Amino acid sequence: MPSEKSVLVPGVAPAVSPEVPRMTPGPAAVQTDNPYVPWPARILEIVSHTAREHTFRLEFAGDVRPGQFFEVSIPKYGEAPISVSGIEPGRSVDLTIRNVGRVTGELFEGYGVGDQVLLRGPYGNGFDTSMFMDGEVVVMAGGTGVSPVRGVIDAISHSADAKDKHVIVGFRSPADMLFRDDLARWADALDLILTVDGAPEGYEGNVGLVTKFIPDLPLRDPATAKAVVVGPPPMMRFSIMGLLKLGLAEENIWLSQERKMCCGMGKCGHCRIGQHYVCLDGPVFNYVESKDMLD
Amino acid sequence: MGYALGMDGFREVVGALAGQYRLWAPVLKVGEGRFTDTDVVRYDFVTSADEIEWHTRSDYAFKEILTPLSQTLFYFTDGQTTVPPADTRDVLVFLRACDLCALRRLDQVYQQSGPRSDWFYDRIRDHVRFALIGCPESQEDCFCVSMGSNVAPAGSYDLSVDFVAGTDGEPQVLMDVPAADLAALVAPRATAERDVEPAHVTENETKVTVPAEVPNSIYKSDIWAEYNARCIECGRCNFVCPTCTCYTMQDVFYTDNGKVGERRRVAASCMVDGYTNVAGGGQYRRTAGDRMRFKVLHKVYDFRRRFGYDMCVGCGRCTTVCPEYINFAAAVNKLADACAAEAAAATATKEGAGANA
Ligand SMILES: Cc1cc2nc3c(=O)[nH]c(=O)nc-3n(C[C@H](O)[C@H](O)[C@H](O)COP(=O)(O)OP(=O)(O)OC[C@H]3O[C@@H](n4cnc5c(N)ncnc54)[C@H](O)[C@@H]3O)c2cc1C
Ligand code: SF4
Ligand code: SF4
Ligand code: FES
Repeated sequence: MPSEKSVLVPGVAPAVSPEVPRMTPGPAAVQTDNPYVPWPARILEIVSHTAREHTFRLEFAGDVRPGQFFEVSIPKYGEAPISVSGIEPGRSVDLTIRNVGRVTGELFEGYGVGDQVLLRGPYGNGFDTSMFMDGEVVVMAGGTGVSPVRGVIDAISHSADAKDKHVIVGFRSPADMLFRDDLARWADALDLILTVDGAPEGYEGNVGLVTKFIPDLPLRDPATAKAVVVGPPPMMRFSIMGLLKLGLAEENIWLSQERKMCCGMGKCGHCRIGQHYVCLDGPVFNYVESKDMLD
Repeated sequence: MGYALGMDGFREVVGALAGQYRLWAPVLKVGEGRFTDTDVVRYDFVTSADEIEWHTRSDYAFKEILTPLSQTLFYFTDGQTTVPPADTRDVLVFLRACDLCALRRLDQVYQQSGPRSDWFYDRIRDHVRFALIGCPESQEDCFCVSMGSNVAPAGSYDLSVDFVAGTDGEPQVLMDVPAADLAALVAPRATAERDVEPAHVTENETKVTVPAEVPNSIYKSDIWAEYNARCIECGRCNFVCPTCTCYTMQDVFYTDNGKVGERRRVAASCMVDGYTNVAGGGQYRRTAGDRMRFKVLHKVYDFRRRFGYDMCVGCGRCTTVCPEYINFAAAVNKLADACAAEAAAATATKEGAGANA
């Protein structure tokens, strides 16, 4: 009976289960008796991409997949939903966080390696990376939108036909680039198009919005190619328009939605769009479904 | 089993119930209404029959016993999180048929939506029982018949209360008491045993039609624009609604050094600014019209699409409470009309196309 356990110490992180759920969307196994009580997770490492964007590697041994998210707590400041940007099974998860407010600000200022933050999750359906291993694939990501698809890009960079995998990644400027090491690896393994919205004089890389590169994608059969699009809402809207124009089928396009989320468990209501709970049915949606999700 | 009781016997029954349960019931609060010299019916704990407002539908819903306006989830102290104990003494809630229908909606969201039942809801829910107050006649703004929530669902209450005139002209109370343990408490105080069917209304003055299907074009319909001018986004309509369940997380700390604090969840309203705010200034549904559209569609369409039945139970509280006299039933009917018009136009276009072919 829950009422008997009126006092609890922080929950414990789940043990690794041998079976990682793949096809069924929705949150992974239950961790604690009271899912609202987060457990302490140690910060193992911090990678600074820019002054505003750091990746925090946190202890976590449970099941999780790319595109899912955790609620990260800084006690007394609040909680923030953050996507999983990297997974080391049985050991850690990476959360790549932009410092924008109360919780994220306190995390950047007050927390270092060895400190503990509080975690609960993972929540949401996430990406089924196995769906993108075969055939032609386009991944388009903007800014912190790279986080949820980093695992997908990593997976397809190891696929047998990695030459058929096209990844367009955009940042605001060269200084805003995230995951530089990954970008270098991906450039070797698959067709990576790295671009920035704007750059100082003398910059040698691509300049222009991600959408600019869609018409030139060397797809042999756009009608069967699959695409994943994650980024700010306008970027997703225009990218999808471009992909459809190129001949991709609506049902072959996936995207990740972002909404205010207070619970991650289908209770608080904030993430609802029409009949959907983004925290349960998403954040990853097929375009056929998401195009009818109106706000 | 059903019983007839005299008023004295009934008062004794409520007194005996108060010995075993905390009684959560509608109470008339004189002079505490929204306007000067107005009264309001709000839920409160009582210990006797005479404190309870038996005849007027409450202005506020019973739900705060299950979903408090503000609820501490846990305290933070020196790196520890501590869940405070709840008051889990048994509660008996007095409420109406529409409210018992609303309870099903609360259970739906808190217990059946998502991967698991809500820990904090369950620990109170498991200790709450329900007493139905019969409705001999429809009240202000009610449209329960249209929503199919004029009759208490089978098995949803443990006892019922109806006031009737006895054959001798004296007031009498009729009680249906399906719960055996409570029947044992009522029977000795009853004047007679008889079959009792709680009173329910079969017609309301206000009637609504809910749309069977809502085309996406309704999102852009001009039926929502009037609320931009009228609705002040105060959220009262949500806070009084027995089926609204949303909450927002809130962390607070009390000491200057920040060592002690707590996480709460507080009732939230989709009509109030901030409900959809995300970092970086992002916000969805900025206007009152957009929010009204979201709320109305959720109550009479989107919830149904997900869970199979409509969320709104037609209690009319949101209409009664609105400071801008926005009538929820009228909003639903306008939506249904607009949907019908869209459907007719679509058919006409199709037929026109067919005739041309
Ligand atoms: C599924 C999902 C995945 C995400 N993944 C990532 C990720 O990988 N990396 C990342 O950096 N971010 C991610 N985010 C966004 C992240 O959750 C927010 O940036 C974070 O919650 C900000 O928290 P904060 O307390 O630091 O900011 P806050 O202090 O909450 O505020 C930031 C801004 O939000 C607004 N705001 C918030 N609450 C209110 C309110 N109640 N009233 C008015 N305004 C309000 C304000 O305008 C403020 O400027 C994700 C969000 C979702 C939903
Ligand atoms: S509809 Fe009425 S009660 Fe609801 S937010 Fe608008 S003004 Fe307030
Ligand atoms: S929407 Fe209005 S009429 Fe419907 S259940 Fe809520 S308060 Fe009652
Ligand atoms: S985040 Fe609370 S319902 Fe989805």
